Amino acid sequence: MTVNGQEVSADVEARTLLVHYIRENLHLTGTHVGCETGYCGACTVHVDGAPVKSCTMLAVQAEGLELTTIEGLAQNGELHPVQEGFWERHGLQCGFCTPGMIMSAAALLADNDNPSEAEIRHGIEGNLCRCTGYHNIVRAVEYAGAKVRGEEPPAPDWEGAS
Amino acid sequence: MATTSVMGGDVRRREDPALIRGKGTYVDDIQPTAVLHIAFTRSPVARAKITSLDTSAAKAMPGVVAVFTHDDVAHLGPLLAQVPIGKLRPLLAAGEVNHVGEAIAMVVAENRYQAQDAADAIDVDYDTMPAVIDLKEAKSDAVKVHNELDSNVLHTWTYHGYWAALGLEDQTPQVDAAMERDDAVVVSLEMINQRLIPVAIEPRSVVADYNEGYGRFTVHSSTQVPHALSGVISKTFGMQASDVRVIAPEVGGGFGAKLNVYNDEVLAAFAAKKLGRAVKWTETRREAAGSTIHGRGWIGTATIVGTKEGEFLGYKLEAIADMGAYTQNFTVAIPLLGLWIASGQYKMPVSWTVDCVVTNTMTTDAYRGAGRPEAIYYLERIIDAFAHEIGMDPLEVRKKNFWQPDEFPAVMGCGFALDSGNYAGAVDRLIEVSGYQDLLKMRDDARAEGRHVGIGVGSYVEVCGFGPAVLAEIGFSWASYGLPASFNGSGLVRVNPDATVNVIIGTGPTGQGHETTWAQIVGDGLGIPIERIRVRHGDTQEHPMGIGTFGSRSLAVDGTATYQATARVREKAALIAAHILEASADDIVFEDNGAYVAGSPEKSVDWAAIAKAAYQAHTLPEGMESGLEAYSAFSPGNATWPFGTHLAVVEVDEETGDVKILKYVAVDDCGNVVNPMIVDGQVHGGITQGIGQALFEDAVYDSDGNLLTGSLLDYLIPTAEDLPSFELSHTVTPTDVNPMGVKGIGEAGTIGSAHTIVNAVVDALSPLGVKHIDMPLRPKRVWAAIQEARS
Amino acid sequence: MYPREFDYVAPTSLEDAFAALGDDSKVMSGGMSLIPLMKMRLFSPGTVVDIGRIAGLDTISEDNGNLVIGALVRHGETATNPLVAANAQALATAAALTGDVQVRNRGTTCGALAHADVAADQPGGALAVGATMVAQSASGTREIAAGDFFVDALTSALEPNEILTSIRIPKAGPGEGSAYDKLGRRGGLSDYAVAGAAAWVRMDGGSVADARVALTGVGTKASLADATAQAVIGTDGSESAVRAAAAKAAEDVTVIEDLYGSVEYKTHLASVYATRALLKAIANAG
Repeated sequence: MTVNGQEVSADVEARTLLVHYIRENLHLTGTHVGCETGYCGACTVHVDGAPVKSCTMLAVQAEGLELTTIEGLAQNGELHPVQEGFWERHGLQCGFCTPGMIMSAAALLADNDNPSEAEIRHGIEGNLCRCTGYHNIVRAVEYAGAKVRGEEPPAPDWEGAS
Repeated sequence: MATTSVMGGDVRRREDPALIRGKGTYVDDIQPTAVLHIAFTRSPVARAKITSLDTSAAKAMPGVVAVFTHDDVAHLGPLLAQVPIGKLRPLLAAGEVNHVGEAIAMVVAENRYQAQDAADAIDVDYDTMPAVIDLKEAKSDAVKVHNELDSNVLHTWTYHGYWAALGLEDQTPQVDAAMERDDAVVVSLEMINQRLIPVAIEPRSVVADYNEGYGRFTVHSSTQVPHALSGVISKTFGMQASDVRVIAPEVGGGFGAKLNVYNDEVLAAFAAKKLGRAVKWTETRREAAGSTIHGRGWIGTATIVGTKEGEFLGYKLEAIADMGAYTQNFTVAIPLLGLWIASGQYKMPVSWTVDCVVTNTMTTDAYRGAGRPEAIYYLERIIDAFAHEIGMDPLEVRKKNFWQPDEFPAVMGCGFALDSGNYAGAVDRLIEVSGYQDLLKMRDDARAEGRHVGIGVGSYVEVCGFGPAVLAEIGFSWASYGLPASFNGSGLVRVNPDATVNVIIGTGPTGQGHETTWAQIVGDGLGIPIERIRVRHGDTQEHPMGIGTFGSRSLAVDGTATYQATARVREKAALIAAHILEASADDIVFEDNGAYVAGSPEKSVDWAAIAKAAYQAHTLPEGMESGLEAYSAFSPGNATWPFGTHLAVVEVDEETGDVKILKYVAVDDCGNVVNPMIVDGQVHGGITQGIGQALFEDAVYDSDGNLLTGSLLDYLIPTAEDLPSFELSHTVTPTDVNPMGVKGIGEAGTIGSAHTIVNAVVDALSPLGVKHIDMPLRPKRVWAAIQEARS
Repeated sequence: MYPREFDYVAPTSLEDAFAALGDDSKVMSGGMSLIPLMKMRLFSPGTVVDIGRIAGLDTISEDNGNLVIGALVRHGETATNPLVAANAQALATAAALTGDVQVRNRGTTCGALAHADVAADQPGGALAVGATMVAQSASGTREIAAGDFFVDALTSALEPNEILTSIRIPKAGPGEGSAYDKLGRRGGLSDYAVAGAAAWVRMDGGSVADARVALTGVGTKASLADATAQAVIGTDGSESAVRAAAAKAAEDVTVIEDLYGSVEYKTHLASVYATRALLKAIANAG
């Protein structure tokens, strides 16, 4: 398979989950594991451009496919607009759900660069965050959407914001 | 808004560049060479004698290095607890199990998959006994959970008697007498504050290594309290604490679940030492649900007595709190945190009794708010019921009974003094920013159309900033872990020769942004840009003493210590700058990465020169030692008491019981604010956890003690789709407990929100006659309450 | 978290897949249901037959008046494909309400049907739109009416050696429409169904000429609510007529209690959602 543009291969047990292959064989530990039911989305990566949960895929299923992990999102050292949005709008606290959340949000904006709040919330329903209450994640995605569209992002909504 | 000088700065977080790139290091990301993996065999039954335990098949399985059972670790004793009332948890089950998920055997293998294979192959036979799950049944002692204890009731907290040394007055007779008054309106409800699972998204994880040559442990753990863990391991193994280095790297959420020391952490250290190899254990979500601490779990009857004009005459709570099977860190002490705020923002006599009972379930302990959300829930729900009963606006009732601004410090019946407050001010702000009068009209119009719209309000005061030395005398300290007893804050500020700054603190973030906030404090004090300030935390080797992050204490206590240390560094730096500039130290002003002489800005020197001078004897004033650093500790005289009032607008689908939140407005007052962006983020997350409790979350054990909610499929935490955006505002009433005037904000949102939502739903359904619904207000409960009210 | 060992086979033809199937094997398409069960070790097949690399199964096509959804068509495709929207709105909506974005990108409609979860959305949709399940094995092809396909919780009529290679849905004729609605576990539409209903109607001259109503989440399996369908046929499809018919929704179902609803509540919801689905189906029938 190709991961972040690099051809990779290994012999693994059939039962090896894709997320463990990514983390332990490729040492790309930005993709996280938060549950075993495919619910939390911390393990979200792009497979052939679409967000999927890498804890609910076997590594062998990904043979021949093209993967992007959080480490591959920034291009030439330049943050992806969603990464920038998360930083600018305090879209993360502990940061554990963040890579998966960013991958889902990036995919959402790739499909629709001007989503409504409801569409943003629907687009990240497969990613659980326990810190932010999602409020600033939504603001971060709005910020990123504006950037993608080449518009001025809306101002932050905390009191005294600059 | 009022903010402290630099501070108040709208500063983006220093933590984020690594985290948004997937470059943060959490414990499971640490992969030492040839690390072994641990898996546990856990009990599938709630209460049983273990009649046989056969590990032979497991030991022979591929990749298995060792299997350990109680006999191997009995010499280490049980897991130490800070407030050791009740039965302490054995490291591995000692011939009996007392809750589903209790660890029985530990397998160590070459990889995670093999470890789990072997853990499954361990053969255990059980002689099962009836489980004690129901709290009232537990209190009755009909069946005792632990034969060696006198009773299932481990302890009873009372408002006046929690600490005999204070000699407090029992206010129960006053409350009872008020109920007998002719004009008394008495409202009473039995309510459940259900058991919750904390669900940090990062599962707990530990990597332990032991170097036999140095005789030292290095333990990485996903913990809020590295120093406590170091203390427990060192005490358990009879070592010096400084030979147990504990490091908490990035911690992916804590919420109190990681404010505990766990048997798995001690067992990982044991295995590392025994096997001479690094070992790792990362809990599965199922283990996180069943074997990491739970929170809440109360049932109780709240009663308020007042006049029909809305004056409160007294409040009574009689409750039972679930401790679970074994006592861990603070377990039995958690209700005490609620006791201290039992009277909320109101001036009235209080009678408060909470029985702490043991059951065949996972241990309960601190979960965001810890005792305070429970206490405030009972109080604020019954106040709302009272307002409905006398037909008065719920905000007006509250305002009538608040402590007034000129009454602070306000000494409550529990002996503590509320430090500062303007409770009515927060309500007035809420009325203004929410458009309260318009909302009432909107609700009434909707009702006229047959819709079920409700407005709920809820106030809270909370106690945080844990640090007063007096707490140590009632058991809040790390003394049982062999560490210094006081909950002091501490911080060390060191300006390096290259004019960067290292700040080393005794408290570490689990998402709260300490690296940013502390950099602001220091940067403000020294005039050094925050990019040049590195905040270090979570490593017991770097800092001799740290209390950790919990109870919304970090900024008010450890932040103050850093603030003081910064001031000391500034004093010395002023002497150095004055020496260079041939001026008086009193006239030195630090700003823009340098210093200048007040009134003569042309006489300036940059920090690079000051820092360099500080490290070379020949450029210092005569007699001054080189170096530029200061350590400071802070022991506050009182806790801090943030407060606020929240409002929710909900709509209920009468046909299905489905609740939708239309609007959520919060006004919080945490004193002065260092970083408003971070403060708002804390409130958002806190509110969400309160909404989670109000609407979705429920840790359910069946009557046999099976945990029915062991995965995220059935333990429902809020998703983005379940929530609105929040509207926040703040009032600022500084405290004089610490020089920065800050209080704490980590738990406020949670303490303020659950009852606000329930009050709103009950308001929506009050025209149908609904008076109360127990949380979580899942559609089935709401629908059932509607049917019951109709019948 | 860590599945037990198993043999993994990834055939590139149906023939090879049939050859790999046996008593201790399990077919995997997207794996969204199977892999979590295996991770929790609630289910541990000896052999996993991954049909994901078999060509030709990932299409939605028209065939002789039918819509054919192949075994590897993912939820997301079912949810957004214009053919499905035009001919089987109930199934499209059910697919759109299945899981979350990531799940819809991997999980397959046929996989969800074969998994037969009592609280899943698409079984209800498939029942209402009158789907026929096409099961193939080495010994041939068997067609199973949706009404006979869902046998019990997590149990379909598929034999261990069979693969659900496609489902066939009659294309919508004049006056036909369908819809799906549900109450999710968190309320609203998200998550598994506490109760859900799908309905299909054929309207003729202002009255309901034919109807099917299916329930999910309520009983031990997704099932048809024939009493409601019969009662609504011949009416004018007005809200009152639909409500009266839907009162019988749970008559043919053994309602079971779970964490999200009592028998009484789910019985009630069956009627509520049968009503809502029928009214939407009638509206969709134009």
